[in-house]
Amino acid sequence: MNTNMNINVHYVTRIEGHGNIVVDIKDGKVERCLWEVIEAPRFFEGFIRGVYYKDVSEIVSRICGICSIGHTTASIRATEDAFGYVPTEQTVTLRKLLLDGETLQSHILHTYFLAAPDFLGAKSVFAILPTHLDIAKMALRLKRIANDLCDLIGGRTIHPIREVVGGFTKLPTERELRDLKKTLETEALPLLDKTVDVFASLLPKIPNFSRETEYIALVRDDEYAFYDGDLGSTDAGRTDVHNYKSWTNEYVVPHSSAKWTKNKRESLAVGALARFNLNARLLLPKAKAAAEKLGLRPINYNPFMNNIAQVVESIHAVEDALIQIDKLLTRGIKEEKVDSMPLKEGQGVGAVEVPRGILIHDYTYDRTGHIVHANCIIPTNQNCANIEYDMKKLVPEIMDRPQDEIQLMLEMLVRSYDPCVSCSVHMVKVNFK
Amino acid sequence: MKPRVAFFDFASCEGCQLSVINMENELLDIVSHIDIVNFREAMTEASDDYDIAFIEGSVTREYDIPRLKKIRENAKFVIPIGACACTGGVNFRKNFYELNEIRYYVYRDSAKYFDTFATRPVKAVIPVDFEIPGCPINAKEFLSVVKSLLIGKKPEIPNYPVCVECKLLGNVCMYDKGEVCLGAVTRAGCGAWCPSNSSGCEGCRGLVDEPNKNSEIEVLTKAGLTVEDAIQKFRIFAGYFEEVKK
Repeated sequence: MNTNMNINVHYVTRIEGHGNIVVDIKDGKVERCLWEVIEAPRFFEGFIRGVYYKDVSEIVSRICGICSIGHTTASIRATEDAFGYVPTEQTVTLRKLLLDGETLQSHILHTYFLAAPDFLGAKSVFAILPTHLDIAKMALRLKRIANDLCDLIGGRTIHPIREVVGGFTKLPTERELRDLKKTLETEALPLLDKTVDVFASLLPKIPNFSRETEYIALVRDDEYAFYDGDLGSTDAGRTDVHNYKSWTNEYVVPHSSAKWTKNKRESLAVGALARFNLNARLLLPKAKAAAEKLGLRPINYNPFMNNIAQVVESIHAVEDALIQIDKLLTRGIKEEKVDSMPLKEGQGVGAVEVPRGILIHDYTYDRTGHIVHANCIIPTNQNCANIEYDMKKLVPEIMDRPQDEIQLMLEMLVRSYDPCVSCSVHMVKVNFK
Repeated sequence: MKPRVAFFDFASCEGCQLSVINMENELLDIVSHIDIVNFREAMTEASDDYDIAFIEGSVTREYDIPRLKKIRENAKFVIPIGACACTGGVNFRKNFYELNEIRYYVYRDSAKYFDTFATRPVKAVIPVDFEIPGCPINAKEFLSVVKSLLIGKKPEIPNYPVCVECKLLGNVCMYDKGEVCLGAVTRAGCGAWCPSNSSGCEGCRGLVDEPNKNSEIEVLTKAGLTVEDAIQKFRIFAGYFEEVKK
């Protein structure tokens, strides 16, 4: 039993952005147990005021490199909502396909490159290259396929070019789509089958820990929602996304530059596990079979299983991408001009599921199409409180282990949320009542 | 001996480091020629013994300055990567608002917790050896810089405008499609990334040296933009340049 211990992980590595873990144990009692977020604020909400609607999504895309497609999509949807514009079916299909690509590339990056080294007792993916070269090559290939998809549909994986308010500036050819379909079927799906085996073999290393919490994700009756839907909660049912503020009650803690949220309980969680817990019945067949094989059943309260939910969603993303491609090929790609918005004063909300959870952009425009007010709810912000409450429950359960092991477990816990701290503080907004 | 390479980040989206990680086809080759010794986004191991430091992100708070100075002391080559590090990028937009007003707008009563000053590029704080511009950086250009360094040659970044690359690719001019494009005064090297995707250049790589300002104003005016519109367009990425600040 450790009666006195200080753990201070300054900059948790292998996550996006900067966060610290601080734990102080004195006389066998946990005195401090904190998840500190210490990212430099960038004030996006402040400096998109005055920007013309056509330029908004390309600026806010820069909130985050890894989920720039998600930010672009949420931004575009908020703008279109404000002007009462309904995009064409082809545009929506292409956006869904693009989100599938982002989900796949981000989940592969996280599960293989950022999280898996912990399960293999290594400090980075570079350290395991000599012993696990085959697996590394497999992961690299999967990630390349996902990025090729994003390059084809978005023009660029990081900060997409083609995806704009009112449509796409350039469309893929049917031939390009057929080639992509072939790659997904003949390469991506078999590689993902092997991925399920890899992670099934790591299952015994996933810590046995659980803490009940509230899960929130977009929900739809007819599909596993990523692009649109209502807000759904394991505690609070369902509501229209325009009511998001009543669910994402934000508050400030002194040790975090990210804003925290809570709804029905002391904390809530978003992300792959939240989506799975709410929408598992709507997974596509191969993803459903993978969940079965990996022992993932709703409701699962083990945050470490988020890594496994990401593996399941990777398969779903490829299956869904194939559905969207078929839809495009069946109808044929139509040359559609990018539509201009009918300018008017108004407010719009866009909510999409990005790899780390639900992302909401909310803009108010003046009658000339310039932003007067902006608010964004970032997934990692919503998870911050949950991470800390998990730590508070986990530390007493593992206090009798060596300090190194406790520290590693806490880092693994943080990493399993796949936090994107760079994103989380850049647009936090404090609304004091 | 293989050169020891470190990556550091300041205020940014980390998309430039991700651009490096996204070179799946070349990554295994790259790590066989260099030793990556510091890369918080991708690895836990960290060392202060490195030859080349790639820095992503802008400088926005006091806390960043000693950190940058230490990197300068440790590295033989300091190379800012991406718009945020080279010219402040979108973060520079903050400087066009009153600092306290924007702090309180975003953080209200908690503004006191958020130390910030006017956004600066890395070169405003420490001397740099070379810069790779762009938002995000172009992976091919990054790779060519790494290759140059490996063979001891000075890397080259074009000092001609995006229009040159765009014409060579045979793209239809964005103005002929009725779109605004900043390619005539923006530094090339991206392969006319945006116009090739049928979207006007946003100027993310910054201006060429001695841009033809008068002719650019003429082009933009002809396209129907007011001076105010044109300035707003340049301020998305190129606010740092004297020509745009005024």
